[in-house]
Amino acid sequence: MLFLIFISSGLLLGWSLGSNDAANIFGTAVGSRMISFRRAAWIASIFVVLGAVFQGRGASETLTGLGEVDALGGAFTVALFAGFTVFLMTRARLPVSTSQAVVGAILGWTFFTGSDTDYSVLTKIVSTWVSGPVLGMIFAAILYILLRKTLRRTKIHVIKLDTYIRIALIMAGAFGAYSLGANNIANVMGVFVPSAPDILLNFGIFTLDGVQILFLLGGLAIAVGIFTYSERVMQTVGRGILALTPEAAFIVVLAQALVLFLFSSIRFSEMLMAIGLPPLPLVPVSSTQVVIGAVLGIGLVKGAREIKIKTLSGVALGWIITPITAGIFTFFALFFVQNVFGIAVTKQIPAEIIEMPAIESEPSMLADVAQQINMVLPGLLILSMAIIVLLVYLFFRLQKKRLKTENELLTHQNQYFNAQKALNDMEINAIQMENTMLSNQLEIKRQEYNNILLNISDQKKFLESVSEQISRLIGEKDLEKRDRELKALSARLKQRMSFAREIDDFYGKIEQTHRDFIVKLTERFPDLTEKEKRLAILLRLNLSSKEIATLMNISTKSAEIARYRLRKKIGLKERANVHEFLTNL
Amino acid sequence: MKPFKHANKSIELIDNFLNTIDRGAIIFKEGVKNYLYGNRENFVDNLKTLSALETDADIYRRKVENILYTQSLMPQLRGDIMRLLEELDNTIDLAKKNLFQFDVEVPKIPAELNQDFVKLSELSAAAIESVVPAARAYFRSPELVKEKIHRVYLYEKEADKLADSIKRRVFQELPIEKLSEKFHLRYFTLHIENLSDAAERVADVLSIMAIKRTT
Repeated sequence: MLFLIFISSGLLLGWSLGSNDAANIFGTAVGSRMISFRRAAWIASIFVVLGAVFQGRGASETLTGLGEVDALGGAFTVALFAGFTVFLMTRARLPVSTSQAVVGAILGWTFFTGSDTDYSVLTKIVSTWVSGPVLGMIFAAILYILLRKTLRRTKIHVIKLDTYIRIALIMAGAFGAYSLGANNIANVMGVFVPSAPDILLNFGIFTLDGVQILFLLGGLAIAVGIFTYSERVMQTVGRGILALTPEAAFIVVLAQALVLFLFSSIRFSEMLMAIGLPPLPLVPVSSTQVVIGAVLGIGLVKGAREIKIKTLSGVALGWIITPITAGIFTFFALFFVQNVFGIAVTKQIPAEIIEMPAIESEPSMLADVAQQINMVLPGLLILSMAIIVLLVYLFFRLQKKRLKTENELLTHQNQYFNAQKALNDMEINAIQMENTMLSNQLEIKRQEYNNILLNISDQKKFLESVSEQISRLIGEKDLEKRDRELKALSARLKQRMSFAREIDDFYGKIEQTHRDFIVKLTERFPDLTEKEKRLAILLRLNLSSKEIATLMNISTKSAEIARYRLRKKIGLKERANVHEFLTNL
Repeated sequence: MKPFKHANKSIELIDNFLNTIDRGAIIFKEGVKNYLYGNRENFVDNLKTLSALETDADIYRRKVENILYTQSLMPQLRGDIMRLLEELDNTIDLAKKNLFQFDVEVPKIPAELNQDFVKLSELSAAAIESVVPAARAYFRSPELVKEKIHRVYLYEKEADKLADSIKRRVFQELPIEKLSEKFHLRYFTLHIENLSDAAERVADVLSIMAIKRTT
């Protein structure tokens, strides 16, 4: 438990490495929106852990050679203040190197404890600070030239190229993440290696020793860092240093992955030695430095027009400030940890004892001395548990999806039903309206028939009375009386001939049907009298002067005069047709 | 292959779009010729075809835009590519509008100017026809764009010169009495000339885009 508390500072360092250095792998891709952050984070996390566990040992041994932080308290302080320095630099939005922070912190420890600093190892490490970026630059330049030539020759369509680059970026990113885990896990957990527990976990297919478990924890801490904090840094790196094209981004990631891989691969070193060449030192290299080298390499091929010198100088300043700050912080922190909290920060073991055993023999040696734990059964249990959880999750997800689809279908059906209902209502309303209209018409017709009936009986009564009167007058001897009564009869007949009621009926109906026209006419010619309005209606119906005269109960001459006056009043020109004018009103 | 499904689809749409623009230029040229020589039926046919081509171009452009943005293809280049397609679409829009103006306004073009108007429309159409291969080159070999667009500038310049000469003849040499008719002819000259200007704008956009991709 105490061990876990002490390595928490290493985990913090892992977190900060994840939040910063993942940007070197996927920053350009995420910054240029070629890959989503989520996808990048998953790929980076998985491969970082794999690299750390299976290829992390080489570089961490070199770091241990610089100064073996032999007490957990010392290792805790070194890792904590290296991490703190990285955090501060990140807050200042400067691309920061965890390697330099760790080296600075270890040097702070060696100065504080008075241990011997292995200057040959220090020189080896510092030399990689130069050779790393230079190699990155060379690789990037060569790869970029090759890629450009290939693209020119193949003439791939730009949209297809985008898809190719996307796939290439994911693959290079995975390789880069693996190399980062392999090379930089030394920065995170390197100081704890001397304190690693002597256990061996057997998973059947593979085994993990104490150091690898330590690296696994470190890798997971890096993964947490990637998920929680690296997005912002990715955006800064992706858009800040150089406006990288997707092709260049791919080259940068590939060059960086190659450099980190070479500086952490034990097999490659052995291969070089086998063909008689000096081996590459297995040193934790700053991925930030390599990326900047690679970017410079591309910039040089392009003619160095787009490199933002200000950003580069800011980065360079970070390189100097980082180890110094980490060293000073660690030196003073160790003083407090030892003197105030009373925790031992060193065991002061003579240098000859701390020499590390050979790399090849280590797992077997560990296997001999370590406490072996069979993890096959628990591993299988965990695996089956994971499968069950996954299946349950998938089942619920499927269920949720099904429910969602059903819900959508129901909503759809509901909407359809509502629409149908509204349509039906509308239809019912229309039918009801039509019924009302028809019953109104029926009522009107009924009234009309009543009127006709009344009219017939009225006429009959009148004619009967006229007939009676004439019969009476035929036998009348008094001539004077007969003349008087005949005159009265003639006047009655004349009065009856005016058809006043019928005409009123006629006008009533006609005004009803021409209501809109009357409104328009009144709006345009407000001075028109009621008689003139009636005349206008009759003219609109295209009736002749004679017909108009009958309907208005005037002479034909008077009808023509009335028509002339109306034309003048509505301002009609001589040639204009009054009927057309009134129809188009 | 699934990752290339959308890429292949958008490539096909862009190719179709460029073919449509190219055909549009040819139809425009024919339309003007038919109008000038009084082939009314053929002119109406040309007008209908160009109108259909313009609609097709719009549809292709929208489809490409949809794929590029919904599938997040080429986040750095899609803005430029969409601008290029919009500018190209503008040329066929203008061509259609011009032909419609001929149909609606029925300008009285003196027979002496027929040859000049035919040549002007040919020059403008040639500017568009030259910008289309340049646009094609951008997608596959951007380094060839530069050597293709110089033709566009040449045709545009020639169209400008010819348009100036037509306007001068209309206002100074030809016996056209009504000022309104002179104005009308000037506007039609300007309309056709604008087509070559639109092609020039496409060429400008293309040259910047090619520089971005090659450096």
